[in-house]
Amino acid sequence: MRITREVIEHVAKLSRLSFKEKELEGFISQLNEILQYVEKLNELDTSDVPPTSHMFFTKTPMREDRVREEPSPIDRILENAPQREDNFFIVPRVIE
Amino acid sequence: MEYEAVIGLEFHAQLSTQSKIFCECSTKFGAEPNTQVCPVCTGLPGVLPVLNRKVVESTIMTGLALTCEIAKYCKFARKNYFYPDLPKNYQISQYEDPLAKNGVIEIPIDGTTKRIGITRVHMEEDAGKLIHPESGHVSYVDFNRTGVPLMEIVTEPDIRSPEEAYSTALTLKSILEYLEVSDCNMEEGSLRCDANISIRPKGATTLGVKTEVKNMNSFKAVQKALEYEVARQEKVLAEGGIIVQETRLWDADRGVTRSMRSKEEAHDYRYFPEPDLIPLIVDDTWINEIRARLPELPHQRKRRLQEDYGIPEYDAGVLTASKYTADFFEQAARLYSDAKSVSNWVMGELQRYLNQEGIEIQRCKVTPEKLAELLKLIDDGVISGKIAKDVFGEIFRTGEHPAAIVKAKGLVQIADEDALVPVVNRVIEENPGPVADFLSGNERTFGFLMGQAMKATKGKANPKALNKILRERLKKH
Repeated sequence: MRITREVIEHVAKLSRLSFKEKELEGFISQLNEILQYVEKLNELDTSDVPPTSHMFFTKTPMREDRVREEPSPIDRILENAPQREDNFFIVPRVIE
Repeated sequence: MEYEAVIGLEFHAQLSTQSKIFCECSTKFGAEPNTQVCPVCTGLPGVLPVLNRKVVESTIMTGLALTCEIAKYCKFARKNYFYPDLPKNYQISQYEDPLAKNGVIEIPIDGTTKRIGITRVHMEEDAGKLIHPESGHVSYVDFNRTGVPLMEIVTEPDIRSPEEAYSTALTLKSILEYLEVSDCNMEEGSLRCDANISIRPKGATTLGVKTEVKNMNSFKAVQKALEYEVARQEKVLAEGGIIVQETRLWDADRGVTRSMRSKEEAHDYRYFPEPDLIPLIVDDTWINEIRARLPELPHQRKRRLQEDYGIPEYDAGVLTASKYTADFFEQAARLYSDAKSVSNWVMGELQRYLNQEGIEIQRCKVTPEKLAELLKLIDDGVISGKIAKDVFGEIFRTGEHPAAIVKAKGLVQIADEDALVPVVNRVIEENPGPVADFLSGNERTFGFLMGQAMKATKGKANPKALNKILRERLKKH
């Protein structure tokens, strides 16, 4: 795969990031270099190897279906809200 | 040209757990905003999700009931998108390896059954709730629902009409209720259904372009939205147009589907394996243990009710469509010997009141005990069947005991000859015309005279006794 300007712009948009023209150009060459370097892995025959999703050879732990007894730390969580009203987070209006 | 519809449904059922899927927050509905949140479900840095075992069990159980293959190895994936109801900016879901896949649901349609394929059943977390005030520039966010466990159930595009879609939805709801994995409360949004629909010339094997229909808040709405969408797509094709692949929202008030015309570009969720959760391994011992706990399913219970209570197949089908209706019937039928009579009352009066008031049977004031008690009052000749219907309405409204209502309202049936003779005499006196008519051989006038006499006792007369006395008196006249 080749990283084009369109790819960078698309990913930036999906990530809600904006870049200056100069940065964009820098990314195109840097990301292509990284991909080229990783391409080397394709020399290996992996047709018999299942795709790796995790690096741990164990299974996920589970918890019992129990509710925490302590109340929710509402104030501490809402501390992070750019804007709040009572117990609500407030965001710019998302529908018209 | 004659077209046929090709429909696939996607359900989201909220699982009935105490706590959320990855943290110990409560899932209780209706709590004050943001009182059931923690660093895990609000996506604060440095936290790790830990999977709720019951979510896995409920999903395996559903998979087994739908005859799915259960994956011995499956993993979670991140579905990435920005929206204020999603504090982590990704939803933990399953993508490549769902917990259950390749199942079947058998639905009743046109007096027979049809098999609809189940593509997959997977686990995921719900998003939060957004509240938009009528005016202003802000929206409010409540994260109580964030992380509440959902089960997504996707059917194959095997459904060929809106009626089949409706039947599929009802059947699935019924199965989930029987399994007690979800309370399927549509009002609280614990069961939701979206649809994919395309049309093609009848007999064609290729698929047409599909639209996705959302925002349907009842199964009847699903059927109506799909009926509308079939007609709309047929019209577009008839006029030489093309169907655009898009998401359309059902507008219940206007009875139309409308294009979302979303400004954002096509969804690009960039799914990737959730690094915070190691793969889930399910062994045969666990699957077998859950299989052993599978409860009786609707079609099994239908057969049993026919055998155990001797009720007709039709009745058994209606009663078992909802677990709670079947529970109600069985409890009442254990207390009262005439099961067919119980069935008639449950399918008739009770259902009528429930529909009228929009109440669910498990929240209704008429209990199986009270219905059985009422039916015994009819058998004992205390009240007539007609009065019993009034008493039933009163139980439905107040939850009072039938005997107490009968006593308080003076509804006890009059079978006493001394009390009925004067009434009959008066009716004969006041209706010389009809009496003469009857005596000249017109038997039908008897019904009219019975009606008058019954009215005079406000419906309280024992019909048998009244009939006997009226005939005797007329003969002597």
